[in-house]
Amino acid sequence: MERIQINELSFEVLTAGDGPPLLFLHGGDYFAQHREFFDRLARHWRVVVPRHPGFGNSERPHGFRTVHDLAYLYLDLLERGDLGKATLVGSSFGGWVALEMCIRCVDRIDRLVLIDSVGVKFGGREERDIADIYALASEEVLRRSFFDPARMAPDYARLSDDELTAIARDRQATALYGWRPYMHNPGLRQWLHRVSVPTLVIWGENDGVVTQDYGHKLCRSLPNSRFEAIREAGHYPQIERPDEVADAIGRFARAEVL
Amino acid sequence: MKVWHFSEMAYHPAWPQLGDSYRVIIPSRLYDPKVGADLYHRYLNEWALCDELGINIMTNEHHATATCADSVCTIPMAILARETKRVRLLALGMPIGNRNDPIRVAEEYSMLDVISRGRIEMGFVKGVPFEISPANTNPAELTERFWEAHDLILKAMTSHDGPFNWEGTHFHYRQVNVWPRPWQQPHPPVWMPVGSTGSAMEAAERGMTIGVLNTGWVRTPPIFEAYRKKAAEAGRPITQERLAYMALIGVGHTREEGWRRADQILGYSRTSGIVAPQFMNPPGYASPALSAQALKTSGGGFRAGRIQSRDGRNIDPRTMSVEDAIDAGLVFAGTPDDVLDQLRAFYDHVGGFGHLLMMGQGGLLDHDETVANLTLFSREVLPRVDNLAVM
Repeated sequence: MERIQINELSFEVLTAGDGPPLLFLHGGDYFAQHREFFDRLARHWRVVVPRHPGFGNSERPHGFRTVHDLAYLYLDLLERGDLGKATLVGSSFGGWVALEMCIRCVDRIDRLVLIDSVGVKFGGREERDIADIYALASEEVLRRSFFDPARMAPDYARLSDDELTAIARDRQATALYGWRPYMHNPGLRQWLHRVSVPTLVIWGENDGVVTQDYGHKLCRSLPNSRFEAIREAGHYPQIERPDEVADAIGRFARAEVL
Repeated sequence: MKVWHFSEMAYHPAWPQLGDSYRVIIPSRLYDPKVGADLYHRYLNEWALCDELGINIMTNEHHATATCADSVCTIPMAILARETKRVRLLALGMPIGNRNDPIRVAEEYSMLDVISRGRIEMGFVKGVPFEISPANTNPAELTERFWEAHDLILKAMTSHDGPFNWEGTHFHYRQVNVWPRPWQQPHPPVWMPVGSTGSAMEAAERGMTIGVLNTGWVRTPPIFEAYRKKAAEAGRPITQERLAYMALIGVGHTREEGWRRADQILGYSRTSGIVAPQFMNPPGYASPALSAQALKTSGGGFRAGRIQSRDGRNIDPRTMSVEDAIDAGLVFAGTPDDVLDQLRAFYDHVGGFGHLLMMGQGGLLDHDETVANLTLFSREVLPRVDNLAVM
């Protein structure tokens, strides 16, 4: 993984492949399981995957602590890089960051793909839109995250200390950015009309963290969007069904009109 | 040496119904307010008795749990500030990293200090991991919030010339102006519970008194040593008065009686760590390196309690015997002579300390037994604790 510098901030970025630019914003956990998906995307895209500040080995400056900071960082990245107009893809927590970017500025964003995104509150104050994964037993979190948890569960005992520390930093940073309000910005919903780029909302049919119903509500809240469900997949369909998700993104990119 | 009596005001009648978590998720329908009222009053009576016995008083707080029904540590302090006349009152304490309003904490402690005419000692607590969910504070920011709240509270209690401004990272006030100001000047003594050498050093730099709980024979010496070393480096006089150790104490006219009381008080240690694993290590609460090790060994959560015998054996707190607990330095029990011998040995082993935080009631120990325990301690042990000296 290479490091790049934006302003005073140095962070890790994985780049792969050739083709039109695709900026992928990852979610809170299971980053290491994305290899197959990235390889698949790299056949057709120039894939750019930043490790968010505070995650993996990316540093996080003291004053950098909100999703808004992440949104501005990646808008800077798009403006200053040589990517041109990129397809922006965000999974889970990364989808929230992508939405925060798009309500601010879509000058350098060609299209948006949201995969089981969080970030928006639809229900009432006593409804839980997004499962409280921090209050659930780890087996239950796995069950809600994956269609086939037995196949997808990482074997932590076999990972190196560096790999485990990266996972611990991912979880710490996810909490830092998303603990309260929980995984959403209460003000985001009222600005979703500003997400003017064509948007594909991809959802794992078996997602138990944020259900398909949430995905449909999100899709309906965006002005220029369509919905595509992925069968036999949970909260991270790109991990469980990398081919299907990459194909869906490819079809969406080739489509002239929605 | 100062001695303090501590009880968690446990609501033990619910324990048999709780299953595999005694905290966070347990429904309050298992709490009967009529039974609870009787329990509150008896625990308060036991503390009030301490005023006659010459034993100082310590409270604490936990949330959403039947192991500790004291969910607001300053409430019993407020009752006792008026009900007692002589002894000092320590809250160890207030989870200021989890509370939303540090100014309110400064007001509570200041009022208590004035009502008690200067008998308050104020503890600031980072809080155990399972306190995060009830408070819903960001675990990745807890330490930072704790220290900012600490600085703000102390400044608020020591500023007497009208409002000042505070626009920090976590707390924002433009007119900080706490009334009343505290009785003790510049402010009541400040305590912090400590379970690691790192925290001990943070406390030493600031001259706080540390309360070391449940660390026992093996883990206590490096904590006290780290404090002494850092205090020396910071140019602060090193006195035993800055070091406190908590032990469960059962004293009886016979060894059997003392052990029987200790065995009941151990209900505290046996239940305290029964927590659903997902609440044991919220992300960011511990360092990434520690959390990485937890992932490796248990898939994420920390195991409750790390209690070791003197020869390094791991002791399961849920099934710990009195004998094991004495060996581990968590319990001093037996006749008054037994208790003094165990206390003296521990005192020498750790290089001395100035406060004994005595859990004289815990678990299932009933009122009469608690009164007998405290009374015998005050008659037969308390007069002799000042003769301890590091050999």
